[in-house]
Amino acid sequence: MASLPVSTTINSDDVEYLCHADESLLDVLRDRLGLMGAKEGCGTGDCGACSVIMDGRVVCSCLVLGAEAEGRNIETIEGMADGNTLHPLQQKFIEHAALQCGICTPGFLMAAKALLDTNPDPSEEEIRFWLAGNLCRCTGYDKIVRAVADAAIVMREERA
Amino acid sequence: MSLDTTYQGRNFRSVGTRPLRPDGVDKVTGRARYGADFNMPGQLVARILRSPHAHARIVRIDTSRAEALKGVKAVVTAADLPDLTEGDQGLFNTLENCMARTEVLYDGHAVAAVAAIDARVAKQALKLIEVEYEVLPHVTDVDMAARPDAPKANGTAPNIAKQTEFGHGDVDAGFARADVIVERSFLTEQTHQGYIEPHACVASCNSDGTAEMWVCTQGHFVYRQTCASLLGLDVSKLRVTSSEIGGGFGGKTHVWAEPVALALSRKAGRPVKLVMSREEVFRASGPTSATSIDVKIGATKDGRITAATAHLRYSNGPYADGWAEMGAMTSFACYDLENVKTVGSEILVNRPKVAAYRAPSAPMAAFAVESAVDELAQKLGIDPVEFRIQNAASEGTRSSYGPVYGPIGIGPTLEAAKAHDHMKAPLGPNQGRGMACGFWFNFGGQTCTDLNINADGTVTLAVGTVDVGGSRASLSLIAAEELGIDYKDVKAVVADTATLGYNDMTDGSRGTFSSSMATISAARNAIEVMRQRAALIWDIPVEDIDWEDGHAVARGENYGNLPPLSVADIAAEAGTTGGPIAGHSEIVADGAGVSFATHICDVEVDPETGSTRIKRYTVIQDAGKAVHPSYVEGQYQGGAAQGIGWALNEEYVYGEDGRLQNPGFLDYRIPVCSDLPMIDTQILEIPNPNHPYGVRGVGETSIVPPLAAIANAISNAVGVRMTHIPMSPPRILAALDREKAG
Repeated sequence: MASLPVSTTINSDDVEYLCHADESLLDVLRDRLGLMGAKEGCGTGDCGACSVIMDGRVVCSCLVLGAEAEGRNIETIEGMADGNTLHPLQQKFIEHAALQCGICTPGFLMAAKALLDTNPDPSEEEIRFWLAGNLCRCTGYDKIVRAVADAAIVMREERA
Repeated sequence: MSLDTTYQGRNFRSVGTRPLRPDGVDKVTGRARYGADFNMPGQLVARILRSPHAHARIVRIDTSRAEALKGVKAVVTAADLPDLTEGDQGLFNTLENCMARTEVLYDGHAVAAVAAIDARVAKQALKLIEVEYEVLPHVTDVDMAARPDAPKANGTAPNIAKQTEFGHGDVDAGFARADVIVERSFLTEQTHQGYIEPHACVASCNSDGTAEMWVCTQGHFVYRQTCASLLGLDVSKLRVTSSEIGGGFGGKTHVWAEPVALALSRKAGRPVKLVMSREEVFRASGPTSATSIDVKIGATKDGRITAATAHLRYSNGPYADGWAEMGAMTSFACYDLENVKTVGSEILVNRPKVAAYRAPSAPMAAFAVESAVDELAQKLGIDPVEFRIQNAASEGTRSSYGPVYGPIGIGPTLEAAKAHDHMKAPLGPNQGRGMACGFWFNFGGQTCTDLNINADGTVTLAVGTVDVGGSRASLSLIAAEELGIDYKDVKAVVADTATLGYNDMTDGSRGTFSSSMATISAARNAIEVMRQRAALIWDIPVEDIDWEDGHAVARGENYGNLPPLSVADIAAEAGTTGGPIAGHSEIVADGAGVSFATHICDVEVDPETGSTRIKRYTVIQDAGKAVHPSYVEGQYQGGAAQGIGWALNEEYVYGEDGRLQNPGFLDYRIPVCSDLPMIDTQILEIPNPNHPYGVRGVGETSIVPPLAAIANAISNAVGVRMTHIPMSPPRILAALDREKAG
């Protein structure tokens, strides 16, 4: 099968790659670019473990074709921290013990970032419905919701 | 030095605090490496061909066309995994479950596997493998399978494969004394552990007979043993490294496809990566039993239970394991009963081989028993908490499964429930409140730990129990506590099978319990060495040296001018006082204290749709001693959430054709964030007398009460006793319709 050349932006860097027409963005990230932070939990868009942000919207990278990234702006978990400074969401997830096994964590962080980038002061209900596309089997979501709410406070203070 | 494990009480300085976990940054930055996140040079990609039939004889397999495909490097069938099990039935079952031999026994049973240069070629190759099946009659339902005329699920073995019995006293005499008797039958459907990370491994067999495997597992030492036995390798020649694990809940205590990956690597002469798809995870790994349970309980008017019986039928998949046996043992473990009898029947069906799922078998038994207990309390007009308090087991009670209890938490969790705000909160229309109790044995097992004192006085703790939910933080706290140093100076790692002695699985809630016991023992051994080194440094008798707050301290007036030596001071002199300093420990961690919990739940049921919403949920559980309370709460909340999914939604749906109809997260729907409320927790600490710090396992008990607590809540909300789990909207509507029809 012929490969397609793709030019895109990933975590602010210009990236070029070749991929097959039917290859998912998740497979491109993991297998071609070595960005393993996005996880495949289902491959059918049901678990959110592969969530990345594309042009400001959270998407399941398993449901996006690698070729569709052409000209887009992609954010992945690998680009969330600023060097050694964690993003407030990352810091709060650790502080609140909002992860146990941690396999869902990159996806949750991406989804929560997309939420707080557009809604800096979400209610508990808004957090719960926004994150409903991300499955976590360990925590019962309690500490995740608290971590997101707490990170929102920090981010509002940083902006003020 | 042998370890005195007796609980002696102490004022903790590290244990009970909530420091940041050592693997936190890796896990929030995407750097943590899970099963599928590892690659080797020259690695091939494996795919497995699975049976489309529930039960069939394999007439012929032709792999020649697949082998001829460009890019295919190996194809294996059962012929490549010869039977080396030498009469060990359990091991043979594992082998046959990895790769069907003469018959396929369930939809999804592996029949062949390929390794190719990439996934595309591997998938193409699967389509070129020709398998001729002779379809055989099948049975997937637990009650149907128990009937005498049912098709046999596996060869000539009877479907009722094994029966076990527990109890004491005279139940007939007990029922004769009862004023009120409740007798009910209950059903629960099959559920999956639902870990988000599919099974994954990279296997590499070398031409010199050595092999390596990277794998997500709850027990890499056990995987090594099993795989070495099945492949005919020396245990020492197979090195297994456990990846970070993306959830297991019991489902990663069993070998599934790892021997197949090794066989492919051996045949191809190259490393092989094998990652299951979600569909394969559902069809071919893990589920817990479906059950059918009859319960009978009698009590006097004043609320004393006089007799209790239960007959529990648990589906096992095609192989007889002990799942009903554990259900029979746990059924009435919460209560002090004079007359009790339970019978467990292991039922063979053409479904995947059942695997452990968090307190395996206990939630279904608790659903049946705690529902009947609730109904009995209602009939007697006694408050359900009071009724349970009146009949609760306590220290000295002979349990329904045999042993006599030490100090236990069932009474205290019930008293805490009685006093909890939640019990007094008002309920709205269509709402109901339910509560239920749960028990789990907990387990200790073989454990080995190394504690190395580094040159700068920091500590590396190597443990062999896989960290499934924060145990590296807990064990670092334990080492810091015992040594008297700071948490930040301890780094805990999970060692691979070549660098540490054997460890049992992380199962039975044993990770923190058993490895903390071994860590305390290793720390005490290291302290002993450091006292001896201090004696050499100071040139005084070791008997005159105490260990206090992380320092060697010379005791007595003669040594008044000797400043205490820190771990770093002593480590700095290691080269001249006898070499590296370490403490080791190899133990069987006996004395895992049994665990009890009480849960309270409020639900609201929509009478038009039959849909249930959890309005409020409270978990009260005995932890013995909560080492890192945040992760103890996490275990309580996570177990409750899994129980809520089981109670309301999750079930394997099989068609008439014996095939699984919902092998995906869309149709097998686990709770999502918007389904749940906050889950309140209350940690009780009734010290385990058999652990130096009083620790009990905390991981599993939290999944035991939810099925019953929610069923009791729904029954109270709608006025109809719910007897079939999951209580999905159609089942609730049907129950309401039946009630209306009278």
